[in-house]
Amino acid sequence: MSEEKKSEPLFSKKNRALITEPLNNINPVTIQVLGICSALAVTVQMDNAIIMSIAVTAVLIIGNVLVSLMRNIIPGKIRIIVQLVIVAALVIIVDQILKAYVYDVSKKLSVFVGLIITNCIIMGRLEAFALGNKSWASALDGLGNGIGYGVVLIVVAFFKELFGSGSLTIPGLGKLEIFGNSTEMTGLYAMDYMDNGLMLLPPSSLFLVGIYIWVQKARTPALIED
Amino acid sequence: MEYINIFIKSAFIDNMIFTFFFGMCSYLAVSKTVKTAVGLGMAVIFVLVVTIPINYLLEEYVLKEGALTWLGDEYATMDLSFLSFIMFIAVIASIVQLVEMLVEKFSPALYGALGIFLPLIAVNCAILGAALFMQQKQFANIGEATVYGLGSGFGWFLAIVLIAAIREKIKYSHIPAPIRGVGMAFILTGLMGLAFLGFLGFEL
Repeated sequence: MSEEKKSEPLFSKKNRALITEPLNNINPVTIQVLGICSALAVTVQMDNAIIMSIAVTAVLIIGNVLVSLMRNIIPGKIRIIVQLVIVAALVIIVDQILKAYVYDVSKKLSVFVGLIITNCIIMGRLEAFALGNKSWASALDGLGNGIGYGVVLIVVAFFKELFGSGSLTIPGLGKLEIFGNSTEMTGLYAMDYMDNGLMLLPPSSLFLVGIYIWVQKARTPALIED
Repeated sequence: MEYINIFIKSAFIDNMIFTFFFGMCSYLAVSKTVKTAVGLGMAVIFVLVVTIPINYLLEEYVLKEGALTWLGDEYATMDLSFLSFIMFIAVIASIVQLVEMLVEKFSPALYGALGIFLPLIAVNCAILGAALFMQQKQFANIGEATVYGLGSGFGWFLAIVLIAAIREKIKYSHIPAPIRGVGMAFILTGLMGLAFLGFLGFEL
């Protein structure tokens, strides 16, 4: 970059918006409806959701930066293949790291780690943002969208696990039995409380995301579709 | 009989959309009218039936541990399964490209119907997801894998056509404004998923 051009501060208003906008107004999951597959499928337990969001955010940031660095040398016609290869390579690394350090979570996530490759958020951001912006902005954009994705995942997983199994599994803290232990009949279970089995079934994620969208759009009426 | 079982299991019980949420992005984006939904659904069936057998062969003769035995004894312990993501996605992307060119050349009518959807499918999670599940399920032969591809594709087709039909009707209903559109589609899919849970345990 030329010296005389006044450089933009690292966290200028525009750059901050790159992080905050995806949290609500252009949330990748609830507003742009991207990356739903994994968002819904890995939410039975909190720790799966948290690790999945971290994995997606990492791939998103690194992939965004790499594509943004290469944006002037990637031929337009084969850009999809180039992006796929970059993302696939990153996902292989993430998969190997997960297998090495959190093997049981990696088992539970099963094919969904591989499906990060075809996660539309990643391809969408590479295509729509990284190909036309500098690497710092792309990194922030990746971070913002990763967090926007993670928030939805974690909220859905919170309700699913709390009401489905009466516990919350948080990496590092282990399984916290919020409502008590259902086999030993402690806590709420002593008062004949029962878990909601529906919350453990796949359709409940769809209901929860539907309700999340409802609440979000009711709070921000500008987002309502007609 | 085994084939029919695999078909029913992959199409109804382990339905791509309702059980695993594969390909939700295009499912929600392209389900506004039945016509386009049918087009995309057909394209998914088509691509799955073509790519699953190819990926099966790749898995069986290149990637799996001990799969390279045909090259000689010294390759018998090779395990290339960590490469499966990149191999599968490369196969899918190139096959989709190839299929698109072939269809355009030999059947312009089909190309007109599927045309715009084919390139989209390369990054549809349903295709890669089915390939990864095929890898996990370890089918006995290529026939079973192909039937699995067909069944999964059919299940996906069924789901997208059903939701498109419902969404066409629901346009005239009075829905609270904040949940109109995508939000309602999510809830509808959830209800359909509950209905599909009725197939659980079904076997011939």
